[in-house]
Amino acid sequence: MAFLKSFGSWLPERVVTSEEAASWVGTDAQWVKNVSGIIERRFASDSETVADLAARAGADCLERAGTLASAVKMLLVSSGSSERQFPGPASAAAQKLGLNDIPAIDLPLASAGSLFAMSLASKLAEQVGEILVIGAEKMSRLVAREPRERGVAVLFGDGAGACLVSRESGMCEVVDSQISSDGNFSEDLYADADSPIRMNGRSVILQASRKIPGSIRAVLERQGVLPDQVAAFLMHQANQNLIVRIAEALGVPVERFYSNIERYGNTSSASMLIAAAEWCREHTFTPGEPVVFAGFGAGFHWGALLARAV
Amino acid sequence: MRQIAKKEEVPAPDVSLFESEFLDSFGLPDLVSALEHEYGITIPDADLNPRKFESIERIEEYLDSRG
Repeated sequence: MAFLKSFGSWLPERVVTSEEAASWVGTDAQWVKNVSGIIERRFASDSETVADLAARAGADCLERAGTLASAVKMLLVSSGSSERQFPGPASAAAQKLGLNDIPAIDLPLASAGSLFAMSLASKLAEQVGEILVIGAEKMSRLVAREPRERGVAVLFGDGAGACLVSRESGMCEVVDSQISSDGNFSEDLYADADSPIRMNGRSVILQASRKIPGSIRAVLERQGVLPDQVAAFLMHQANQNLIVRIAEALGVPVERFYSNIERYGNTSSASMLIAAAEWCREHTFTPGEPVVFAGFGAGFHWGALLARAV
Repeated sequence: MRQIAKKEEVPAPDVSLFESEFLDSFGLPDLVSALEHEYGITIPDADLNPRKFESIERIEEYLDSRG
């Protein structure tokens, strides 16, 4: 048994408008909004690391849960924008959070990473205890690499989100999850050590348009839940047009899909947890109501997780 | 295809549906769904390479390969 006890988030102060981002690639803000729904995003300062962002979101999450760092028994950190080839940011984030002598594990999966981490944490919590899941990204580092592509450079932002998974109590109980990978498409979205992000946008959209609804339907059907019964879909914030498409594919109003992409852009593995943190702050849970989390990204990796309010 | 693209003018068979701006990235999933519906087939995810659906010629080749 595993519960989602709290969510946390942290966004850098600096706002980068789509006017500014569009100027890097010779387009305009309206084009950026039309193709992605993004109006602005946040960029961290040069001195801030992925681990800094991770620690701030983690601290926010623990504070909201009323949980001391000493109670956390494992840290899972997802990031596709880590400064180093190795180690990833998990151990530094653990140190900044005061999480001593616990396993701090990196999941360098990029966009689907926090969904994978939540799924894994929900399966491990019974044995381990409290597990802190963080998705943290400094995508501005990758976006700055030349050559900047019009359809890529304008999409991304920095930020971090977190979720505390507990075996004892929480606002929601994890009911089911499904995570999948397909290496046939590993060349369609990637960043090498020093390269800009390479993305075959048509392939990403085509696969995501099928795989995300498929994964959501699979967990809902296994648990006898209809898409229309779900209180909220908290998804990786990749592109507003994709979110609309997935809502249509599932036959539910798009308003049921929480969206903050216009303010933060695509923050990769951080985005789903930032969305969850914001939605939970605005929402009062009704016991029994289902909530769905979903993600898709480089790999391709994708999946969905179903939780019920307690 | 006209219905999906919401355009009257269909490109020549060998012209890219994307480069000619007949379809955008979000029109491609609709095209694939329409082909599945029209031809009574299921296109597996492994076949969903945008290059297979780049032009009318390519789409015909793919459909022929499916028998």
